[in-house]
Amino acid sequence: MMTLDSKKMIKIFNNIASKVEEEKAFLTELDTAIGDGDHGINLARGFHAVAEKLSQMEEDDDTGSVLKTVGMQLVSTVGGASGPLYGTAFMKAGAVSKGKRELDAVGFLAAFEAAVDGVKMRGKAVPGEKTMLDALCPACDALKISIAGGDDLKTAVWKAVEAAEKGVAFTKTIIATKGRASYLGERSLGHQDPGATSSLLMLRVIAESL
Amino acid sequence: MKKIINSVEKVEEQMIRGLVKAFPQQLKKLSCGNVVVRATKKEGKVALVSGGGSGHEPAHGGFVGEGMLDCAVAGPVFTSPTPDQIYEGIKAVATEPGVLCIVKNYTGDVLNFEMAIDMAKDEGIKADYVVVNDDVAVKDSLYTTGRRGVAGTILVHKIAGARAEEGADLSSVKAVAEKVIANVRTMGMAIKPCTVPANGKPGFELAEDEMEIGIGIHGEPGTHREKLAQANKVAETLLEKILADIDYKGREVTVIINGMGATPLMELYIVNDFVQDYLAAHEVKVYNTMVGNYMTSIEMAGFSITLLRLDDELKRLYDAKAAAPALVK
Ligand SMILES: Nc1ncnc2c1ncn2[C@@H]1O[C@H](COP(=O)(O)OP(=O)(O)OP(=O)(O)O)[C@@H](O)[C@H]1O
Ligand SMILES: [Mg+2]
Repeated sequence: MMTLDSKKMIKIFNNIASKVEEEKAFLTELDTAIGDGDHGINLARGFHAVAEKLSQMEEDDDTGSVLKTVGMQLVSTVGGASGPLYGTAFMKAGAVSKGKRELDAVGFLAAFEAAVDGVKMRGKAVPGEKTMLDALCPACDALKISIAGGDDLKTAVWKAVEAAEKGVAFTKTIIATKGRASYLGERSLGHQDPGATSSLLMLRVIAESL
Repeated sequence: MKKIINSVEKVEEQMIRGLVKAFPQQLKKLSCGNVVVRATKKEGKVALVSGGGSGHEPAHGGFVGEGMLDCAVAGPVFTSPTPDQIYEGIKAVATEPGVLCIVKNYTGDVLNFEMAIDMAKDEGIKADYVVVNDDVAVKDSLYTTGRRGVAGTILVHKIAGARAEEGADLSSVKAVAEKVIANVRTMGMAIKPCTVPANGKPGFELAEDEMEIGIGIHGEPGTHREKLAQANKVAETLLEKILADIDYKGREVTVIINGMGATPLMELYIVNDFVQDYLAAHEVKVYNTMVGNYMTSIEMAGFSITLLRLDDELKRLYDAKAAAPALVK
């Protein structure tokens, strides 16, 4: 059975850090169109710090504590709206994974659901407002259905990626009512949400790394 | 990108150090980060903490001082500081009567300040916050993030600061801050965008004959674009929006003609010349006027107009002594 232990998890976060660095300019460009042009810069700064922190961390086989470390590091380095949001997400995922040496599909789903709930709680947003939730919520639903249907973790995460891709495309068609992009009103139409895009990027790295 | 800096990474820290070195008797930087506090902590009064992204100089560090803020936390350019930084600031100035945070209404600022306040409360610090949302360019509705906080924030610093200095308790300081927020409105425009150092490119492009109306203070595009008009016409456009938002007729107001960073005072005075006449013609009585760079957007060229409706309490607190680097009364 395919599972995710803390070693693999750390590798995934390193991969996410490289990916975010690679896509920094793209994410920032998206945020320049409907925000303040800092999303890529913020996330790159944060995940760079995450990778550094994880490399210094003593070997820890608790997946919960890896996730918590990531969350706390993001909260204290990203800033912006996405810092507290992604930070809270990983901290909540860490809390439900506490003491687990590996996450199986069900454990991964529990962590993912906790993360999405964390974003909803902190940002007081719902899907349809042109935020990262428009990628995360469909992804979470897809994950759930796939796992309930008996798919293994990797297959399920790929299905979540597909759902998130649709979610990101959907953000182009709606007006932002949360975050900075909401100041633009109708002018936010046609642009894809930077936060939803970064969520998709991360999910895709997870799927590729599993 | 053409800027007088040393390196993109060091912009914020070197700027804060330079500010503190210019006012060594008044200000101090915490070693843990870009946090400015008064050189001498004042006990026994509510402490005021504000902050947000850098790039709005003199806000907010320049408003730390007697009669105004106790602490300002500076994040990276245009990006909210993180909860741990804000928490360090809160902890450094926390007093027995408590701490009031003055937060501009941006999702990033609000979320990071909320997390910091939760951390402070966990440590037994009495802490609360208000959210400033004076920008009438943005629609305010239950279903949106709501209006942004812009130059009107300075008046919240001034008036809540004076009330705190009088020794009022936390709920009274918060109440007067909210009174200012309820009565202050701002609208801005730009003729030239600004460039975030870490980004290297301007936030939007404007042709030689265009202007952007309804801009915020983060180099983001505004609500719409128009052909550049004469100063009086532009000021009228902004004033119409402000006067339509709340009723100023027959009331006394404080006016701020705020430069966005690269606007010559010459142009701000030209705007003010019209604003004063326009307000008089619309039966709005000007109690006091501030013209200058208070809440900037790096090197953006443009301005905003702020009007605060006054009553006797607000007038008394507005006139009270203040001795911050960027505002002396
Ligand atoms: N209330 C919210 N709930 C969920 N996601 C949100 C919310 N507000 C904003 N976002 C997401 O955050 C992304 C922007 O993140 P970014 O790091 O650029 O922060 P920011 O809004 O620019 O913060 P700041 O104003 O401090 O600079 C958006 O694209 C959106 O997906
Ligand atoms: Mg942004």
